[in-house]
Amino acid sequence: MAFACVYIPDFLVQAVMRAQPSFSECPLALLGGSPPLWSVVAANPAAFEAGIQLGMTKAQVAQFGNVHICMRSEAQEKAAHGALLDAAWSVSPRVEDTAPDTIVLDLEGLTSLFGTDENIAQELARRVATIGLAARVAVAENMEVAIHAARGFTGITIIPAGQERQRLGALPVGVLTTEVETLEILERWGVDTLQALAALPVLKLSERLGQEGVRLSELARGVRQRSLVLAQPSTQFLEEMELDDAVEELEPLSFLLGRLLDQLCARLEARALAVRSVRIRFELQPSFEKDFQTLKEDVRTKPSAKHYEKVLTLPVPMRNAKTLLKLLRLQLQSNPPPAPIQKIYMTADAAAPRVAQNGLFVPCGPDPEKLEVTIARLGKLVGEGNLGCAELLDSHRPESFRMKRFAVANDQKRQSGKREPNIKQNSESCTAITAFRVMRPAQAVRVEMKEQQPTRVYLRGLRGEVVAASGPWRSSGDWWLEDAWHQDEWDLAITFPVTPKASNQKSAECPVQGLYRIYYDALKQGWFLRGVYD
Amino acid sequence: MAATSLATLRSKIEADLRGRVASPFAYRDRNTFELVSTGILEMDALFGGLPRGAMTEVCGAACSGRTSFLLSALASRTADGEVCALVDARDSFDPLTGNAAGIALDKLLWVRCQNIDQALRAMDLLIQAGGFGMVAVDLSDVPTRTVRQVPLNAWFRFRRAVEDTPTILLMIEQESHAKTCASLVLRLEAGDARWQEASPQVAQALMPVPTEAAPRFLRTLSIYPFSRLLQGFAVGGDVIRSRIQIPERRVVDIRAGGQPKMAVPREMFETETVWRSR
Repeated sequence: MAFACVYIPDFLVQAVMRAQPSFSECPLALLGGSPPLWSVVAANPAAFEAGIQLGMTKAQVAQFGNVHICMRSEAQEKAAHGALLDAAWSVSPRVEDTAPDTIVLDLEGLTSLFGTDENIAQELARRVATIGLAARVAVAENMEVAIHAARGFTGITIIPAGQERQRLGALPVGVLTTEVETLEILERWGVDTLQALAALPVLKLSERLGQEGVRLSELARGVRQRSLVLAQPSTQFLEEMELDDAVEELEPLSFLLGRLLDQLCARLEARALAVRSVRIRFELQPSFEKDFQTLKEDVRTKPSAKHYEKVLTLPVPMRNAKTLLKLLRLQLQSNPPPAPIQKIYMTADAAAPRVAQNGLFVPCGPDPEKLEVTIARLGKLVGEGNLGCAELLDSHRPESFRMKRFAVANDQKRQSGKREPNIKQNSESCTAITAFRVMRPAQAVRVEMKEQQPTRVYLRGLRGEVVAASGPWRSSGDWWLEDAWHQDEWDLAITFPVTPKASNQKSAECPVQGLYRIYYDALKQGWFLRGVYD
Repeated sequence: MAATSLATLRSKIEADLRGRVASPFAYRDRNTFELVSTGILEMDALFGGLPRGAMTEVCGAACSGRTSFLLSALASRTADGEVCALVDARDSFDPLTGNAAGIALDKLLWVRCQNIDQALRAMDLLIQAGGFGMVAVDLSDVPTRTVRQVPLNAWFRFRRAVEDTPTILLMIEQESHAKTCASLVLRLEAGDARWQEASPQVAQALMPVPTEAAPRFLRTLSIYPFSRLLQGFAVGGDVIRSRIQIPERRVVDIRAGGQPKMAVPREMFETETVWRSR
């Protein structure tokens, strides 16, 4: 049984550089601590070369003109750690979350998939690199040996069984995870390498350092054993970004969103998952707004902290960062945040990716990802409520339907599932159904009645003679609700006299003859035009 | 020498256009289309069917059967499992009638617009999205003078966008506006309405009040309004313009009578009103 350890050196710096790749080319110093006592907690090699040292104050770092100063971001560290775990889960299902910068994988059974231990280590390093982190990988039979080798050696290290003590011997005692006081004691004794520590007698070490001494001795000799503590994979993916300067415009915001989406999609790809919904939450800059209620009493302003949230629910799981960015942009364009943005939280709910293979005899439909973007654009154009597919309701009320979200039905469901029953089921009977065009909203008309049936209709300033009438067809319902209806419907064949105005305009809104449906609304006590047969 | 340079030039052009134009030097007959059924036998016999990858205009006055034609075409496409889109310029589509006509409503993307500008933009987006079996644009209730203001280059752009795609672009209008951009232009005219009428005896039997107590008009009229139902109306169709060349079929359906006839000047079809209780 072999274990692989993935260690991210300078994790704090790499977490920041993963979110902001432009920092990788310049000296970077990370500040931490509580204000105003900010001090350097991490820096990249370029900054150390420039003269930066750990523990320097912000004022001291500011004297280095070429060093970029950045605050340590726990959110970015958390996201980087999550991405590291996702990359590990893409290789092995048995992963231990040892430390924010360290994870251990059980390599049992992976040889048939990836080949030798060295191949597995190279694949691990490659997958970690795709999420924007540079890793050190070590493989050994002993888990603790793998951890210390990854922390001590650069690149990929393979330690064969039986050579643990020999290979670890060159490492400094600083790679051991123990208290600072213990390390100082070892330093006073002149023990600076693991080889020197392993040479000390265990009994004497135990007398002086207690059980911790025994543990350190076993670690130095590479004989310490323990069980792997498995981490549970999550289906929620969170990426955060805190901004130094608040962003107000959509263009720079979409640049940042694109970067977060790229990171999310890389993590999802590592886990072979896709996005089902994206929840985006902005922490807005507190603005000083005038409260008119208090302004009357005394002139003062008060800050208001705000949040802005948007949820993008997708009909089919997808993993294309560009498509997701387009959809988010369209949503934000139609409903922009009310204040500048200081912090961005992006959460993705994961699902299994959709099956793209259609049946051989099934007609090709629109690409779901492209269709979703088109629907979002159409929604921006005509309004969200004016778009979708109609769903009939089980009611006798006129216009009883509702709009629901349009999604291309799954082909498997299409073939096996039940279709909505409709009248013209038999496709062989190729007869046209008399179509009806609805007037929305219903237009008020004036009707002349003679002996309880319509004889003349005044529509848009024209007088029409009723040639034939059918009705009244009474319907009523929902009398227990506020929007009850009670109507008498008539189907009328109306002939309009040809007026010079109408003939010149050739307008179909003023036809010579037509079939109309009008109704008398008993509750509103008026006549209305419902529509026309066409 | 000249032949070599010509071949070099040709290969260079093909290489430059790779990914955008499949075969720039291959001759393609732009008048040959795949035709699909309209859902109305008489109309299929008149012009062969609706062409894919082309624009078809159906024009006529109000109550001329344009919407009945549209619903039949949409029902025919959705019945074959295709996803269709309806751009409704004046929000006048009736889903109940659509369902009665046989349209699978879950396969129909209904875009309810308020004006022609929205309708044309929506049509453009839908054509660009691709994958739709039919994109129908209902401009029936938009005044003619408004549609006339649409520049001709817009129609050319729509025609070009739909070319080489399996999408049928169907425009429903009062008059033809796309001119030569439309591969097929139909004009529909309504005939007489058909009423289904009960006999006076049946109507009297249906009356809720005795004959003596009934209103005077009921006693005088031979046909009572409540004993009459709209059954449908006749629709006549003419092909105004067509540049469709029907490809020769390798397999001829004997039952359908072989190749469709293109010389029929005018065909009539009858609509049928569906009265249903949900």
